[in-house]
Amino acid sequence: MTVFTEQTRERAREIVSRYPADRSRSALLPLLHLVQAEEGYVSPAGVEFCAEVLGLNKAQVGAVATFYTMYKRKPTGDYLVSVCTNTMCNVLGGQDVYDTLAEHLGVGHDETTADGKITLEHAECLAACDYGPVMTVNYDFFDNVDPRGAVGVVDELRAGGRPMPTRGARLCTLKEMAVQLAGFADEREGAVADGGPGESSLRGLRLAQQHGISAPGFDPNTPIRSKAEADRVAAEAKAKAEAAEKAKADAAAKSAPDAPVKGGDGASAPTGVEPAQPERATGSTTPDVKAPDDKSPQVRTAETRQPDAATAVPDAPGTKVPADSVPPAPRDAQEAEVAGVAANPPASDGKPAGDDAGAQERNLKEAEAGAGGNGADPAVASETGVQK
Amino acid sequence: MTTPRPETLAKLTPVLTKRWLSPDAWRIGTYEKLDGYAALRKALKSHPDDLIQLVKDSGLRGRGGAGFPTGLKWGFIPQGDGKPHYLVVNADEGEPGTCKDLPLMTHDPHSLVEGVIIASYAIRANRAYIYIRGEAVHAARRLRNAVREAQAKGYLGRNILGSGFDLELVVHSGAGAYICGEETALLDSLEGFRGQPRLRPPFPATHGLYASPTVVNNVGTIASVPYIVLGGAAWWKTMGTEKSAGPMIYSLSGRVANPGQFECSLGVTLRELLELAGGMQPGHNLRFWTPGGSSTPLLTAEHLDVPLDFESVAAAGSILGTTATQIFSDQDCPVYATYRWLEFYHHESCGKCTPCREGNYWMVRVYRRILSGQGTHEDLDTLLDTCDNILGRSFCGLGDGATSSVTSSLQYFKQDYLDYIEGRTAPKLSDKQLVGAH
Repeated sequence: MTVFTEQTRERAREIVSRYPADRSRSALLPLLHLVQAEEGYVSPAGVEFCAEVLGLNKAQVGAVATFYTMYKRKPTGDYLVSVCTNTMCNVLGGQDVYDTLAEHLGVGHDETTADGKITLEHAECLAACDYGPVMTVNYDFFDNVDPRGAVGVVDELRAGGRPMPTRGARLCTLKEMAVQLAGFADEREGAVADGGPGESSLRGLRLAQQHGISAPGFDPNTPIRSKAEADRVAAEAKAKAEAAEKAKADAAAKSAPDAPVKGGDGASAPTGVEPAQPERATGSTTPDVKAPDDKSPQVRTAETRQPDAATAVPDAPGTKVPADSVPPAPRDAQEAEVAGVAANPPASDGKPAGDDAGAQERNLKEAEAGAGGNGADPAVASETGVQK
Repeated sequence: MTTPRPETLAKLTPVLTKRWLSPDAWRIGTYEKLDGYAALRKALKSHPDDLIQLVKDSGLRGRGGAGFPTGLKWGFIPQGDGKPHYLVVNADEGEPGTCKDLPLMTHDPHSLVEGVIIASYAIRANRAYIYIRGEAVHAARRLRNAVREAQAKGYLGRNILGSGFDLELVVHSGAGAYICGEETALLDSLEGFRGQPRLRPPFPATHGLYASPTVVNNVGTIASVPYIVLGGAAWWKTMGTEKSAGPMIYSLSGRVANPGQFECSLGVTLRELLELAGGMQPGHNLRFWTPGGSSTPLLTAEHLDVPLDFESVAAAGSILGTTATQIFSDQDCPVYATYRWLEFYHHESCGKCTPCREGNYWMVRVYRRILSGQGTHEDLDTLLDTCDNILGRSFCGLGDGATSSVTSSLQYFKQDYLDYIEGRTAPKLSDKQLVGAH
């Protein structure tokens, strides 16, 4: 059973400190990478270590460790060779590469050579389709590989060499890579600088450069509009559009000379009101009231909740005062209330509705009939229901 | 190679990719000389709400595949709620065909870091995470280095550039699970659990990381922000279409003469992209392609002139996705291609929802049977029936994505299936791969 080194424990503490104090569980994925850095796979001891550091139980850690492909469950070689056999690489020859390597090394998927050097796996899309077929060694890319080239790479690795990846840094061992995956910097001199852009990544850019093309009109000093200003401009544009529409409608109606344009500043809502339809505008129960604009409800809600002086606040549907009628006096509302109260006489006995003496009795009878007859006579039951 | 016509070349709009030609752009010194961190200085002088409005005005839509309006997403974060806010960058690139974020993070990591700081300032987050795919080790190296450099220069940490704004940024490596590219699975993974999607609602905007308001954005989305801050919303909208504004990195792979990354204004067509990429490889004719990764329904040669923006691709019956165009020729078999994709979805299904877990498992077996020459006509009905039972019946879109290539290949290439079943095409798989297929 492995006893994890003080360095690993120190690193574990550093990992946990990256996350909010009460959210230490977030450190679990990097910690699992960390135990792989020491052992080359997630062993039962590694699971226990993570559980101890985070105050979890082993089952909780095990459940996570077994979910992810990159946590290996048995010892691995120094170099993990992954060959992409997903559709694109596959049709471009990735399957041949994988089959050749498997035969050459005498191992299958997720198996390690007897000398402990190489673990082979086939991978599902390594996100480098423009370089297909690709293979990675400890996750650094070898692009456009063919079976012969791939065999050359693994032979060199087994002979103790470290071939240079096409893109990415010079190779390290899988355990060293696991330290980086746990979130620690690659301390090797020059490793971060290794690996220039591949030709495929630059393809479009080179073409643009050759022909002197750039995205036109880019001015880094374009000012950022304040929200208030943006809202004002939007309101103006809207008012303008509405006015234009109104003018068009008026022209169509051939009543242009005396069109009653109200709200002279152009920004207030009455300018755009549809030709007065008093019966619709005053009735609060009018069905299918059109939304005041075609914005999404979330946007409209957000905007109406935070209006400022310049915001044109459209009237809520059904609350518009007809443009050419007198607004109701406050007294009208009181009168309406009095009338409403008069039209609804209170219950004679002052009890809540439905609480008359016979109700309980009827309910009991109904229940009895239902239970005794096993629903034999639903007609009777429903009849009583109707009567009630 | 013939030179593309000028009108096609004019579709190129290098914005996010423009620094890749400077080999040292990943170093902070070089980055600063190339407009680097100018957007941050500018942004910190503005009110956060103005930045959200700016991004709304720009029409920027998510670059991770769904195309959700970014400004709207930021605007959903409740402000003044007393809870911590988080920004999480989804750098778990792994959709088959997609290969745009890795080069961006490798060759221009600071543009992402700068975008993270601006976005965090806008949504008032003091902690941000970049969840990067585990296998993307070189990109992570450069990114961690960039974060360290930015901290040393005072762009990250306490009181950034004297603005009073604090931000801590952690680069968090995943561990090899495609499902963690789904935003709620990513959040679970970041919290230290198995990466399995959550039921929505509630959405991450209110209950995201640690049940707090969280914005999850793709690498390309966040890396676009500094350019919008510098050049303005109106400039951004000069590229692309009315509803799909801006430039987009199109990834061409497969049977093309010069595969690679081409940053064009949204709405470029595949015909134009092929022209930029020097055409098909000699002896190959376009047969089928994915507009945006393997989760988007296949298109064919008749769709060469479909503008590749969110609306037009949807109208053609597919999805723009991640603009990863995988191009296959008449020498490639759509049945086999679909089989290989299904193997992927079967492997990557997290197992939470039965339709996706079981459906993909069985569809793989049906495909093996067909490809080994032992398929039946009924198998095709079984496939469609299985797709019906997967689509829309799981927590996330992984299962939906798996059905895309099955239904679309059956729609366009049914004859290829029948040729295997009726013995006109030689079996592609041997019997030994058939274990468990019946």
